[in-house]
Amino acid sequence: MNTQEPMEKIAVKTWFKAAPAEKFPKNAGACIKYKDQQIAVFNFARENKWYACQNLCPHKMEMVLSRGMIGEENGEPKVACPLHKNTFSLKTGESLTGACDAITTFPVKVEDGFVWVGFTD
Amino acid sequence: MKTIVVVGNGMVGYKFCEKFVAQANKDSYQLVVFGEEPRVAYDRVHLSEYFEDGDAERLSLAPKTWYSDHGIQLHIDERVTEINRNAKTIGTSKGTQYAYDTLVMATGSAPFVPPIRGVEKKGVFVYRTIEDLEETLIYAEKIKGGKAAILGGGLLGLEAAKAVMDMGLEPHVVEFAPKLMPRQLDTRSSKVLQGKLESMGINIHLSKATNQILGNGCITGMEFGEDDILDVDMLVVSAGIRPRDELGKSCGLEMGTRGGIVVNNQMRTSDPHILAIGEVALYNQMIYGLVAPGYEMAQVAVDQIIGETGTRMAAEIDMSTKLKLIGVDVASFGTPFMPAERGHSIIFENKTESLYKRINVTHDGKKLLGGILVGDASDYNMLLQLYQNEMPLPENPEDLILGSRAGGASAFGSAMDLPDTAVVCSCEAVTKGAICCSVLEDGNESVKAVSKATKATTGCGGCKPMVVDLVTESLKSLGKTVKVQLCEHFEYSRQELFDIVKLKGIDDYDKLLDLVGKGHGCEVCKPAVAAIFASIYNETANRQPAIQDTNDRYLANIQRNGTYSVVPRVAGGEITPKQLMAMGRIAQKYDLYTKITGGQRIDMFGAQLHELPLIWEELIAEGFETGQAYGKSLRTVKSCVGSTWCRYGMDESVSFAVEIEHRYKGIRSPHKFKGGVSGCIRECAEARCKDFGFIAVEGGWNVYVAGNGGANPKHAELLAEKVDKETAIKYIDRYIMYYIKTAQPLTRTAAWLEKLEGGITYLQNVVINDSLGIAAELDAEMQALVDSYKCEWKEAIETPEIRARYAHFVNSDETDDSIEFVSLREQKMPKEWA
Ligand code: SRM
Ligand SMILES: Cc1cc2nc3c(=O)[nH]c(=O)nc-3n(C[C@H](O)[C@H](O)[C@H](O)COP(=O)(O)OP(=O)(O)OC[C@H]3O[C@@H](n4cnc5c(N)ncnc54)[C@H](O)[C@@H]3O)c2cc1C
Ligand code: SF4
Ligand code: FES
Repeated sequence: MNTQEPMEKIAVKTWFKAAPAEKFPKNAGACIKYKDQQIAVFNFARENKWYACQNLCPHKMEMVLSRGMIGEENGEPKVACPLHKNTFSLKTGESLTGACDAITTFPVKVEDGFVWVGFTD
Repeated sequence: MKTIVVVGNGMVGYKFCEKFVAQANKDSYQLVVFGEEPRVAYDRVHLSEYFEDGDAERLSLAPKTWYSDHGIQLHIDERVTEINRNAKTIGTSKGTQYAYDTLVMATGSAPFVPPIRGVEKKGVFVYRTIEDLEETLIYAEKIKGGKAAILGGGLLGLEAAKAVMDMGLEPHVVEFAPKLMPRQLDTRSSKVLQGKLESMGINIHLSKATNQILGNGCITGMEFGEDDILDVDMLVVSAGIRPRDELGKSCGLEMGTRGGIVVNNQMRTSDPHILAIGEVALYNQMIYGLVAPGYEMAQVAVDQIIGETGTRMAAEIDMSTKLKLIGVDVASFGTPFMPAERGHSIIFENKTESLYKRINVTHDGKKLLGGILVGDASDYNMLLQLYQNEMPLPENPEDLILGSRAGGASAFGSAMDLPDTAVVCSCEAVTKGAICCSVLEDGNESVKAVSKATKATTGCGGCKPMVVDLVTESLKSLGKTVKVQLCEHFEYSRQELFDIVKLKGIDDYDKLLDLVGKGHGCEVCKPAVAAIFASIYNETANRQPAIQDTNDRYLANIQRNGTYSVVPRVAGGEITPKQLMAMGRIAQKYDLYTKITGGQRIDMFGAQLHELPLIWEELIAEGFETGQAYGKSLRTVKSCVGSTWCRYGMDESVSFAVEIEHRYKGIRSPHKFKGGVSGCIRECAEARCKDFGFIAVEGGWNVYVAGNGGANPKHAELLAEKVDKETAIKYIDRYIMYYIKTAQPLTRTAAWLEKLEGGITYLQNVVINDSLGIAAELDAEMQALVDSYKCEWKEAIETPEIRARYAHFVNSDETDDSIEFVSLREQKMPKEWA
């Protein structure tokens, strides 16, 4: 349930119109609510790229990833959990520090100034 | 395709897998692993660390996915119950059968529990698995404040003693032999260690044979002989190990008379299709209770199976050990005690300092045969190398333990003097040659790259200082300057980056990255650069939130459940009743858990993100300001009541503490820093445990620097004596500013001063005698920081854009409903982690 295919292969069924792009902090994350899910959305403004993943950190099951610092390791975009600094790839969801389960990532697009997150349900 | 079945997913079983998938033939085999424990292999050596954070996952040697990623079939929570050697199959506790071509037994060992009457009572535990620890912890919670005995004063027993002490129990070590660590220590060193342990609060009972365990259902005591009883509420048995050889026995493999599956130097048992490795294998008539020989066995087994049959287990196994975790250095190597006919011993003992060092050398004084270190084992690595490589000793071998008294050079020379064959990392068996070669020939130019390539330092980590030296020296020999590089995005040390920022006047992270960095940054360089900006421009964390560490970004410390704490400044610990009431009212209104901190102020816990601005708005209206409990900045200046009230006080320590706390508040630095002011040498404010401290004495203030509590406690050093207040402040201004400009990120002042060449004398020269000619500059820079202070929480609540950051969702006004609290002594606390 936690791992998933690389983003491109995902069959998006619903594009959820989350919020205006300017509501998201630059080069950092914010949390959105979709149904009863919490999704972390990251605005890599330097590269003009967006990523999204579950807000839940699989390490201690806390809703915190959106408040983590983002960055890049050998070109791989990542988020560092604010609680214990475990890092996760925002492309594959894989745990880069190695000790955790992978997280679920979601595709993101920006259209008409809005951020949209893709879901399979 | 051939099938290899590995029985046991412990440390050595895992190492076998790791070594197996690292070789070329892996695709012609299918690995199937069975582990009886409910979790994947973890680092048993660091088991006690589980007490620190209860985080079992952190101990994992590799995540579950690692096995599947490498095509290994892993069955955990499944015990192998039988071996049918004729059919070459095994059966498991889940009732399934598997066929094997080669079987590898890595079942480890179990704690030996002596058959003492009553040992089955409740409250008696062993110390081997995470489950053991969990049970022990639950029981310890029940008998809070009670007494716990540890049966066995060996390596593991002492580690367990420290652990039960950390659980809040009173530890009692009960040892049968007349000395501690009987296998490693002589009587004198045992006495020194005993004194040290007792001073730490660990009680030692030697020469005690336990007759029975007392109690009706639950343990209440231990009886050693008539009228010799020790009342205890819990017992941890640590009396040695027994190999888990039951499978070997039942399928008829050749066994040792006292257990263990007999193996030869190819790790083969009496059945050519079965190998045994780790603590179940009896090699040289011995079970080695250490990981390093187990890892070596894993390598031999892998090579044997893939047909590189030349690899053999070394004939002699090194049993040198260093005790970890207990808060006192203990190590022994080679032959620790030795009959006089083989050589002579040089012994240095200093009881007042709990120091004991012994080396055994050959009669001609040329070779080292072994030794013991208690109290200070910092030279262990070098001594071990001298011993293992039979290297020539200095002219006066006593220099090895007394230090070279002629001054100058150390008696050891450098790590580069070791022969290439010297094993530097014994966990992974990496030689000096391999480490240097990795730098010189394979182009690995940092310790990180070298440890990734060679695996050195990835085991117990004890060899790290030596590896750092070797990498540094090898790089130097290539004519490369060794860079302490911030991270992959900046090829500069913090100090260099500090100068660049200052010189070029850069005040924006992205600009700095574009100009002198590469890539897009990470969680290491962002906060480090943020701290540099803060130290140079005194900008608050509000201006560039995205590069701040989470705590700084939200101006609050994140707690275990994602809520935050609120800590207003209470300078010097002085607070008016009115302020106390205001704080109480606000905490009650927002239902915050309140606690007096170790820093003499009040912490209010459990605020949700959206509540932070509301709470701070009320606090600020009552005259409070941020306490920066979240920042790498000044925390508190602890004070004692001083001459204001105290009959011994020599000066007004509270007034001084309040003044100095207001002077340095808000200043960001490489790590947090703390101060203390005591009114007399009784030192009730613990000023000598702080980054800076003042103690009032007859005729002025003594000024101390670079003390530390925390993980590596260190008493502060005396910078100046009997100076007046103004001078004291001037010196500390310069010292802090100099520290801010030159320290590596996240280095406290104590660690910084330790690394500073010339130490305290050098610092005195810079700060007092202005030897670098920078005193005026430091003074001005510090004054500029002091003058530009503003409360960043005030700024946050007054600026709508900043306030808007405190919302849980960007697309909804709802708040986080996943947070759950439970009640605790009329307050609340986070719900346990699952
Ligand atoms: C609240 C408090 C414990 C308490 O309930 O008393 C505390 C709590 C934390 N300490 Fe502490 N320390 C507290 C006093 C201390 C003291 C005692 C003192 O200051 O006199 C020490 C030892 C003295 C020293 O620092 O030299 C102390 C040594 C540490 C260390 C180890 C530092 C070291 O150099 O080894 C850390 C870890 C770190 O900073 O990297 C730490 C880190 C932490 C953190 C920030 C861990 C974290 O990142 O979540 C804790 C969160 C605080 C919060 O959420 O507000 N805390 N911590 C104390 C707050 C004091 C205050 O008013 O600000
Ligand atoms: C608290 C503590 C501290 C230590 N400190 C140090 C130290 O500082 N330095 C050092 O060198 N060593 C230390 N050790 C020793 C070190 O942990 C061991 O040498 C090492 O774990 C041995 O590895 P192993 O794989 O042989 O056995 P283990 O790690 O015990 O693994 C064996 C595994 O096999 C499983 N198993 C057994 N029978 C079966 C079966 N029939 N079917 C399936 N699975 C089975 C067991 O459940 C276990 O998980 C310490 C040990 C402890 C407990
Ligand atoms: S408050 Fe300090 S000592 Fe206590 S658990 Fe947190 S970091 Fe550790
Ligand atoms: S909760 Fe995320 S790393 Fe620990």
